[in-house]
Amino acid sequence: MNLDTLLPNLGEWLRGNGPESDVVVSTRVRLARNLAHYPFTNRATPHQKGEIEAKSRDAVQKAEIASPLQYVNVTTLNPLDRQFLVERQLISRELASVLEGPRGVAFDDKESVSVMINEEDHLRLQVMRSGLALDDAWSVIDGVDDALEARLTYAFHEQFGYLTACPTNVGTGMRASVMLHLPALGLTKQIERVFRALQKINLVVRGLYGEGSRASGDLYQISNQVTLGRSEARVLSEIREVIAMILQYERQARQALLKDRKQEEHNRVARAIGTLSSATMITAEETMELLSTVRLGIHLHMLDDMPPTTVNQLFIQTQAAHLQKIMGGQLDGEERNAARAKFLRSKLREIGSPPR
Amino acid sequence: MDCQLCGEPATVHLTDIVNKKKRQMHLCEGCARKQNLITDDPAPQLNLQPLLQLIMGQMGLLPVDTGGLLCPTCGLKYAQFRATGRLGCPDDYDAFRPALEPLLERIHRGLRHAGKVPVAERAKAAAAHLAGLKDDLAVAVSDERYEDAARIRDRIRKMEVAE
Repeated sequence: MNLDTLLPNLGEWLRGNGPESDVVVSTRVRLARNLAHYPFTNRATPHQKGEIEAKSRDAVQKAEIASPLQYVNVTTLNPLDRQFLVERQLISRELASVLEGPRGVAFDDKESVSVMINEEDHLRLQVMRSGLALDDAWSVIDGVDDALEARLTYAFHEQFGYLTACPTNVGTGMRASVMLHLPALGLTKQIERVFRALQKINLVVRGLYGEGSRASGDLYQISNQVTLGRSEARVLSEIREVIAMILQYERQARQALLKDRKQEEHNRVARAIGTLSSATMITAEETMELLSTVRLGIHLHMLDDMPPTTVNQLFIQTQAAHLQKIMGGQLDGEERNAARAKFLRSKLREIGSPPR
Repeated sequence: MDCQLCGEPATVHLTDIVNKKKRQMHLCEGCARKQNLITDDPAPQLNLQPLLQLIMGQMGLLPVDTGGLLCPTCGLKYAQFRATGRLGCPDDYDAFRPALEPLLERIHRGLRHAGKVPVAERAKAAAAHLAGLKDDLAVAVSDERYEDAARIRDRIRKMEVAE
């Protein structure tokens, strides 16, 4: 499969028009599964990993799933292609470059379902959705799980549930994450308080690229920590309750911004557009920060002719691997910053959206 | 000040507070290295997990024998799991159960799975249930409890139809 064919498109989860999309960027549910009668990936021999990969790949390709999954062998990909799949959230950084031996990923053409093989667990199933769609994501992944189980025997324990390499995932093996854009809570310095409240009820807050990554561009992932002793439905409803609360806080903070400092906000948004469309060098980080401001501007109706999808598109296409693919070659740090600025200038000229 | 372990001059001083109890340790660089408290790359820095284990071990917070647990299937020792945080195979959950249960309780505040069950396991459970009912039926007939037998027979038929 030539990954360059993915380049012009956005994964469906980045359409930016799902439920509550003024605050919720996307929803992701993943399941960790392992085959019975094999060691976990970290203790499997290369030969065993090969068997696990062959069996899982066969099951993935033959499984009765609504949208067919295409398998990509990660070991045959060059580093740029691997990074490209990480940026599209189809594989983890670990699968891309930390783990060794036979491994890969299967995903559908909308990039909403993906199955990693030989990650920390033999199988990592993932479903992504635009906006807040926990139930929808669960029902899809539940079906994919059943379809795979019809062809594979999972390691399952009567007391501990689905067995996983790390005890933090045992039980349901489910991690549900909701990616939120919370610029107004950040601006009004209420965000810390919200997150302290979350930790008390066993939910985790992380940056965009999962564990250990920094929150940039005001994007935060909220996910469950507990996988043992609570049903999937209960965990999902706990998350949903918390998200509803955060949505309310963020929207209130946005209204307060409009009421108390509309002029300043307008100025900030206009300057963000100005920098993005005229800089000649710009880092990924600054781009993220400025796009966050633009995204807020769109939802505060300060930029009516720019669709939210555009922000998502710029956000993903200005990341290192995407940019190098678009520009057609390896670029070092400085060249990349220049290429990123050039790309943003031309894209924003195409859209031609001066703030009102 | 001398190293608590070998008596060489101590250059690594650790203070930790666990359960409101303050604990100080003084070690020479060699011993700190042996205890995996210092890693070499990229810059010398403290390795928190072994440090915590060392201190908790000295305070008697870790049961001493768990480190010796061994999984007969994959050969992983519990101590290896503590070092890497990753189990070796599905059978570890039974082999390490006495040590894992307190850990799972801390992480999840729960010890019994309460979610989805694989279709194959569901079928197994249903089959076992059906076999149990048939057994009950035979006993009810031989005891001449015909009303009970009729009720059990109806449940068996219902289950067989559902399949």
